[in-house]
Amino acid sequence: MEGIGLLSLAIWVPILAGLLILITGGDKNADGQRTLALLGSILGFAVTLPLWTGFDAGTAAMQFEELAHWVPMFKINYHLGVDGISMPFILLNSFITILVVLAGWEVVKERVGQYMAAFLIQSGILNGVFAALDGLLFYVLFEAMLIPLYLIIGMWGGPNRVYAALKFFLYTLLGSLLMLVSLLYLYFQSGGSFEILVWHKVPLAMTAQILLFIAFFFGFAVKVPMWPVHTWLPDAHVEAPTGGSVILAAITLKVGAYGFLRFALPITPDASHELAGAMISLSLVAVVYIGLVALAQVDMKKLIAYSSIAHMGFVTLGFFIFNPMGMEGGLIQMISHGFVAAAMFLCVGVMYDRVHSRQIADYGGVANRMPMFAAFFMLFSMANVGLPATSGFVGEFMVILGAVKVNFWWAFLAASTLIIGASYTLWMYKRVVFGAVANPQVAAMQDINGREFIVLALLAISVLGIGLYPRPLTEVMHTSVDNLLAHVSHSKLVP
Amino acid sequence: MPVMTLTFSDLIPVLPEIFVLAMACAILLLDVTVKQRMGSYTLTLLTLVGAAAITAFTSVGQTQYAFGGQFVDDMMADVLKLMVYLTSITVVVYSRAYLIERDLFKGEFFVLLLFATLGMMVMISANHFLVLYIGLELLSLSLYALVAMRRDSAQATEAAMKYFVLGALASGLLLYGMSILYGLTGTLELNKLAASVYMGVHNPMLLSFGLVFMVAGLGFKMGVAPFHMWLPDVYQGAPSAVTLFIGTAPKLAAFAFTMRILVDGLQPAVGEWQGMLAVMAVLSMAIGNLAAIMQTNIKRMLAYSTISHMGFVLLGILSGTFAGYSVAMFYAIVYVLMSLGAFGMVVYLSQNGLEAENLDDFKGLNSRHPWLAALMAMLMFSLAGIPPFIGFYAKLAVLQAVVGVGLLWLALVAVLFSLIGAFYYLRVVKILYFDAPHADVQPLSVHADSRALLSLNGLAVLLLGIAPQPLIALCVYAMQMSMQ
Repeated sequence: MEGIGLLSLAIWVPILAGLLILITGGDKNADGQRTLALLGSILGFAVTLPLWTGFDAGTAAMQFEELAHWVPMFKINYHLGVDGISMPFILLNSFITILVVLAGWEVVKERVGQYMAAFLIQSGILNGVFAALDGLLFYVLFEAMLIPLYLIIGMWGGPNRVYAALKFFLYTLLGSLLMLVSLLYLYFQSGGSFEILVWHKVPLAMTAQILLFIAFFFGFAVKVPMWPVHTWLPDAHVEAPTGGSVILAAITLKVGAYGFLRFALPITPDASHELAGAMISLSLVAVVYIGLVALAQVDMKKLIAYSSIAHMGFVTLGFFIFNPMGMEGGLIQMISHGFVAAAMFLCVGVMYDRVHSRQIADYGGVANRMPMFAAFFMLFSMANVGLPATSGFVGEFMVILGAVKVNFWWAFLAASTLIIGASYTLWMYKRVVFGAVANPQVAAMQDINGREFIVLALLAISVLGIGLYPRPLTEVMHTSVDNLLAHVSHSKLVP
Repeated sequence: MPVMTLTFSDLIPVLPEIFVLAMACAILLLDVTVKQRMGSYTLTLLTLVGAAAITAFTSVGQTQYAFGGQFVDDMMADVLKLMVYLTSITVVVYSRAYLIERDLFKGEFFVLLLFATLGMMVMISANHFLVLYIGLELLSLSLYALVAMRRDSAQATEAAMKYFVLGALASGLLLYGMSILYGLTGTLELNKLAASVYMGVHNPMLLSFGLVFMVAGLGFKMGVAPFHMWLPDVYQGAPSAVTLFIGTAPKLAAFAFTMRILVDGLQPAVGEWQGMLAVMAVLSMAIGNLAAIMQTNIKRMLAYSTISHMGFVLLGILSGTFAGYSVAMFYAIVYVLMSLGAFGMVVYLSQNGLEAENLDDFKGLNSRHPWLAALMAMLMFSLAGIPPFIGFYAKLAVLQAVVGVGLLWLALVAVLFSLIGAFYYLRVVKILYFDAPHADVQPLSVHADSRALLSLNGLAVLLLGIAPQPLIALCVYAMQMSMQ
């Protein structure tokens, strides 16, 4: 590997841009900082594009690999690489970062530089999480990403932000610390290596596998979040500023699910099969029960937060039925949810900026004042429901199809989301957007401006694009998913 | 003991100690006659730099014994001494403005600090119970006096009394343990003691008995639970500049002291002391982290945090392997770097008559001084062991050593308490970033020297976190050379 690799650029360009913004000083240069942040995020996205164009979908091997010794004393390597599973998330993350910068453009008025810098640094760290092939490098970035998000929620969040930020941090830290011990255990089991790909091949006894799986579960299920370790998410979402909610829903939740694919399934395949029943049950609880919880929400952000948990339930369900349809469906659901959840939170953000309330009851008849916005919101709500021709449909449909092959009743329960999801989303939409103008604040609402239009339009194109023509995405993932499933189907028990 | 003949070659390894002693005496005399405080300040810094140069140039790598085996100069000693000088230099620079403002900028501070440094150097290089004890007392007595330096403060006086009484008790315990071991083996020299314990003592019960006293004394000096009672009061009561000193360099000396006694002297009895250290380590992590949550005074909070960090150092030592000792040394150095920054920040913010002692005094620092807040936040994240800061690697290294010897349960206990610990460090970050500043805070004056050093200190925590290899390699190398 000569020069700086693409993946390194994907990690370091946003981080350096963020640091550059920080050294430009306080709010005196706010406009310059905004511009710098936009340029940084666009550049950050631009350097990830060759990952897509240069990707070889025919192999499951790691591509764009970079390997350097980092801490030889501990045998930690700076080892990066992507396959069809991780590559799309790097693009998704870099893309969403641009939108987050745009979304915070004029809304954030205080400490603009720090706000933008936090998101850019976060973006770089997240790219690193998806690209890391060294277990400890992954862990370092996995924990490091808590810091910017903690500051984002705590500094620009709502009234109860301190509680939410602390809960978010400690909850996820608990999970990851247990994972750290399991990583150290694997280090010794593999004869002194932190390489994830080496760990994939290490034979392990059943007890060890189960314990490792539980440790991974704590690390990743909290992030996903799976029922019953999801309680931090509604708090964090409600209190976070719009940009924070977007990153949280669109990207950091995906890290948890990605972790299952990169660590739990291939390192402990036997335990994964053994415990698949439990995982599927938890996923179905998330889909059905959390869906019903969402129905009862009066706060729009909270409603979308619960809807996120339900959607992520689909993802984990897809993973643990161990067939290509389910797994690919889960992955597409992750990407789709990245766009849709981001769009939903941005829509709520657009309304919040005007009325400063997230309560459904404070709205009504928004369509009369903001027709263009109402149209976008409609599209994203439909995508959230999983209407055909939107990205939401593809993933859910594939997971349900995959589930039918294994067990009809699982599929049946999963499919109930089509009704529950439609109920809570459309009912909220109806109460907020339709009807007569509810109050003077709503009457004073202005339709979206050019900046908001661009943000929502970009998301709308993505949602429809994946909905109508998902093949490029599935093609990229296909070989890697097949390879992963083949790997997982082999027992790793010590003979 | 054979008749000791002093040769010139004996003096080379002791040159740094002789230099510091001579300079400390010179400064004492000069200060009385010239009464030029800035002169004493500069001379103190020059002394420490000079000692560093001497230590670096006389370092030969191999282990050398002097004075008939009473004094040892090995790589571990050289590295730790260099760290002690560096820490003392930083302490002196950080404290200057603080001391001037409180009329404590006196010759005594510098002389006592140099004598304390000398005591640490002797502790680090001792290979004989009596030499160890002399070093320890030289350090302790200087510290007692430093704590009491602000004579009109009741709190400081109380802290000094408490420190003195409990410190004397601990010294007594140590001496008692030493005398038992002497009675058992007939030697006070550490490597002869090791050889004799290795051959087997006729009364193993007595060995354990002596060991208990030794370990209790060590526990006092390191400040680990259940011998930690003095620590929060002393940290809180002492002037912040003195707390800064007590909270940093002596930890390195305490580490060396423990290594000399338990590893150089009693390595064959590792099975005996491993269990005792495990109990102390777990208790320290538990009490330190739990009690820190309840503190509103940041010095007290950091005191409890010290207790928990020392528990981590013990974890490294008790794993009883070469890797464990190296990472314990790494942890001690990293801890000193972090606590130097944290206490340094307390000292720096204590301006205009304000003692920035309460957590509330840090409210909204980000909106007043974003750079200082960022430094403090980095230090807190590092203390909490969050990557990519150096504190994470220190924890990782210790956990790796502990898991490596199969003590998985200890690793789990350690991470659980780290989680609890994360709470109070995060609370400081919350105070820095999420809270609004008090309306009546006065703007800080800029002290360029300590500000620059503080920045360097904070950045080191980040940069060493991104590239931890050199520091770890240094510790492993030092341990390798010393353990041959």
